[in-house]
Amino acid sequence: MKRPNFKTSRTFVTYLLLICAAVVLILPFIWIISTSLKGSESIFAIPPQWIPKDLHWDNYAKVFTKMPFFVYLKNSVFISVMTILGTLISSSLVAYAFACLKWPGRDWLFIFVLGTMMLPAQVTMIPVFVLYKQFGWLNTFKPLIVPAFFGGGAFNIFLLRQFFLTIPKELFEAARLDGCSEFRIYWKIVLPLAKPALATVAILTFMMTWNDFLGPLIYLSDKLKGTLALGLAMFVGQYQTEWGVLMAASVLVMLPVIVLFFLFQKYFIRGFMMSGIKG
Amino acid sequence: MNNQITKPQKSPLKKKQALLGYLFVAPWIIGFLVFGLYPIVMSFYYSLCQYDVLRVPQFIGLGNYKELIGHDPYFWKSIWNTLLYTVVRVPLVILGSLLLAVLVNNAVKGIRFFRTVFFIPSIITGVVLSALWLWLLNPQYGLFNSILAVFGIPGPLWLQSPHWSKFSMVLMSLWSIGGGRMLVFLAALQGIPTALYEVVDIDGGGWWAKFRHITVPMISSVIFLWTVLEVIFSFQVFTEAYVMTKGGPLNSTLFYNLYLYYKAFDDFSMGYASALAWLLLLIILVVTLMQFVVGKKVVYYEGK
Repeated sequence: MKRPNFKTSRTFVTYLLLICAAVVLILPFIWIISTSLKGSESIFAIPPQWIPKDLHWDNYAKVFTKMPFFVYLKNSVFISVMTILGTLISSSLVAYAFACLKWPGRDWLFIFVLGTMMLPAQVTMIPVFVLYKQFGWLNTFKPLIVPAFFGGGAFNIFLLRQFFLTIPKELFEAARLDGCSEFRIYWKIVLPLAKPALATVAILTFMMTWNDFLGPLIYLSDKLKGTLALGLAMFVGQYQTEWGVLMAASVLVMLPVIVLFFLFQKYFIRGFMMSGIKG
Repeated sequence: MNNQITKPQKSPLKKKQALLGYLFVAPWIIGFLVFGLYPIVMSFYYSLCQYDVLRVPQFIGLGNYKELIGHDPYFWKSIWNTLLYTVVRVPLVILGSLLLAVLVNNAVKGIRFFRTVFFIPSIITGVVLSALWLWLLNPQYGLFNSILAVFGIPGPLWLQSPHWSKFSMVLMSLWSIGGGRMLVFLAALQGIPTALYEVVDIDGGGWWAKFRHITVPMISSVIFLWTVLEVIFSFQVFTEAYVMTKGGPLNSTLFYNLYLYYKAFDDFSMGYASALAWLLLLIILVVTLMQFVVGKKVVYYEGK
């Protein structure tokens, strides 16, 4: 029952499905970018215009006048950079302990670390809030940054450990025989070798921090202390009828994420491939 | 970093490594004690108290729990909303990602380009995602109803309808089916020996037979693990509802964590909210355990 053109017809169907899926997933972006450049008369036009007749760049200009965009940008960048820094330092140290050092209770504790991923943040949220209130940290960036320096997240520890395990044992043994201290091995050998994995952790941490909403919502009540995500959420409440401006604001907030994605695509993808969550 | 351990031992190197091991892992231990264990214990204590942050917690025993379970219709409403959202969302996102993974597992030219395109929506999350979809789902001028209008179908009110609001949010989360979940499925698919598919070819089975009898069973452990994770994520839905609907219309999107947030940070009923948090922890534990019990019977593990 072999048809001569079986292979080509199969390829044809594959492409057809691929293109359909791509169109469906990309259409919203086109619609949004188009809206962000429309004046109100063309936003509410029926049938809808896909390509606006005249480009309203002033929607973008309005974003800068209607919200303290650059203050939020500065805050978001600061929080993200500090969180990435803390995460990289502490998760790599901890991963080194799990992957490269032998100590009693290691494997047991590692499973425990993974288990904490299941813990809903809400269970710790209230006492942690009370704790920060006692520290006098409310309305500062500290609650959003400091925890990153203590552990750096179970998933990141897991990713880095998996990567460290692939480093040949001989490297460690040779260095130890030469009298190299563990910290030196970590700093001079392991970290340089693990650059791709560290990049993945940095990127994933950036995404998490940039998009975080609950944290800033709880801790940053002062308007000028807000992040872009928080600012955009307030914007949604205030300008829900000015869709052109709201979409322009959304595009501006997601722009850094999209740009980073295209620059560091392989690190995004590697993160998920490396985790190899295969049960 | 010098070591100052001079105690002579059977194996000084081993002992040194052990001490260093604890030193390297210390940041996590401290973090866990301060931001994990202490808050969990305190959270349980608060859940037995009346507490508004300003005054000292007043111990009231199981009062909060009794009130919640016995007299709080919003509690039950939020549980119902969250369950419904989870039960509809999880199978759809898993199936969506799986089918997309099967599709991009074809080694045709340009497949990397398509994988990239499919991945992009998944990097949009939280507030931005919510803002975008408020517009896409606008009943009069949004993308969805504009397209439906072309076919002469009057679209629903989406987020503004109590019947459609939860489904609207499920639809929104389907946008990210091409993200990390799909990539992990893809990695698993690539581990399936092609010989297995050839057997189906010989038997004259088609696409569906391969999918049903080879693909799904062979990667069932990955599917299972992601189902467990997605259930946990779904139980914690918050930002979308807070930004898009504030829990409305008619409390149809009052999800569990949204209710918890309102209780904690609008009413400052921290004790009551802590009881909610502890019940959430219990619910997640029970549901996850139940899944593992069922999973043990259904999931195929290689080499077993």
